[in-house]
Amino acid sequence: MEVEAGSAVERARAGDSDAFRLLVEQHSRAIFRLAFRMTGNEQDAEDVVQETFLRAYKQLDRYEARSSFSTWLFRIASNYSLDLIRMRKRHEDKRERGSDEERDILQTIPMDTPGPERMAYGTQVRDRVNAALDELSPQERTAFVLRHFEGLSIEEIGASLGTGTNATKHSIFRAVQKLRKNLEPVVGHAR
Amino acid sequence: MNHISEEQLVLLYYGESDEAASIDQHLVECEECRKEFRALQLVLNTVDSAPVPERGAEYGRAVWQRIEKRIGKRKQRRFAQWWIWAPAMAALLVTAFLAGRLTHKPVGTDVAKNQQIRERILMVAVGDHLERSQMVLAELSNAPDHIGKLDITDERQMASELLDDNRLYRQTARSTGNTAVANVLDDLERVLIEIAHSPTEVSSGQLDDLRQQIESRGLLFKVRVMGTEVRQQEVAPAPKKDGKKL
Repeated sequence: MEVEAGSAVERARAGDSDAFRLLVEQHSRAIFRLAFRMTGNEQDAEDVVQETFLRAYKQLDRYEARSSFSTWLFRIASNYSLDLIRMRKRHEDKRERGSDEERDILQTIPMDTPGPERMAYGTQVRDRVNAALDELSPQERTAFVLRHFEGLSIEEIGASLGTGTNATKHSIFRAVQKLRKNLEPVVGHAR
Repeated sequence: MNHISEEQLVLLYYGESDEAASIDQHLVECEECRKEFRALQLVLNTVDSAPVPERGAEYGRAVWQRIEKRIGKRKQRRFAQWWIWAPAMAALLVTAFLAGRLTHKPVGTDVAKNQQIRERILMVAVGDHLERSQMVLAELSNAPDHIGKLDITDERQMASELLDDNRLYRQTARSTGNTAVANVLDDLERVLIEIAHSPTEVSSGQLDDLRQQIESRGLLFKVRVMGTEVRQQEVAPAPKKDGKKL
């Protein structure tokens, strides 16, 4: 698959738009999944997909075959997503400025669902997972998503984000701690 | 061995632990750590339940359709870069045109015919110039809203290249009495100067300023219309006498 991608990249670099179309068709769904997990928002994820390929096309000359093409796309997508969620956080912070009240977003979701309603319960768990992911800092979320969902190694993530291995490791540790803190009370119900 | 730290367990979960064998051994022997690891697994496995909206097999094609036009533009612009000789060629044509007007004394109908041929050649040069200018303006007008800085190195360089030609064409248009073309080139020149003098990376605010300048003058529309008119004059039969100059 990557050999084919490599040849498509070469042809795309030479100006063959059909080759680039193949790359877009091949990688769009994976980029969308990554972008959605990063941003938690469908519209933002669509923007990320589009922008990722536009940037990739513009920067094709900078792609080095040392990493796989999909990893290179992940890097572009995750950096753009990171910018996007940082901006969103800044906006949210502005909106919430003035309120000293510490509020736990998870508290807004009721958890006293009766046992038999498994589907409703499943939905609640998923909502809580999303809410817990929203609680992560942009850096933590990016590192966590790339490690947990996309299976990139910590070293690859550190190189992709330019943060280095140690900082990436700590981002992932912090992410896991926060997720445990927020989700253990929920999954306790499932046990 | 002491109890396993949470960090060690996280690395073990993701298969990135350098001491997996000894940790595994410890987990076999230590109920407390085993319980801790099970709790960690449960949470991380639960995270997998976070839903992602489905995108069907046709999604890639839909994405391509959305970006194809913009990819095409970039490709077209790259194409434009290899005819980098075009501005120089066009400048030569204009110089020749002006030289001809200044030095050539009209003698009979042959001269009138030569004049028309020269003006037609000039139309081609101006048409190309407007087309290339339109690419730069459209590229900036249609640039996606972005976070952070946007690299406009290519646009900046192209605007800079277009600027010298624009001055020459504007002066020629003015001197040959073609006010309509001269006015559009005048407006275009101001915006090209702004783009050429912009930093290579612009913030969204700076990009908005450039867009506003393009939009407030209705420049893209004017350049498009003028480009079409000029192209039509290129293909129209040569006027018999006193055709529209430039």
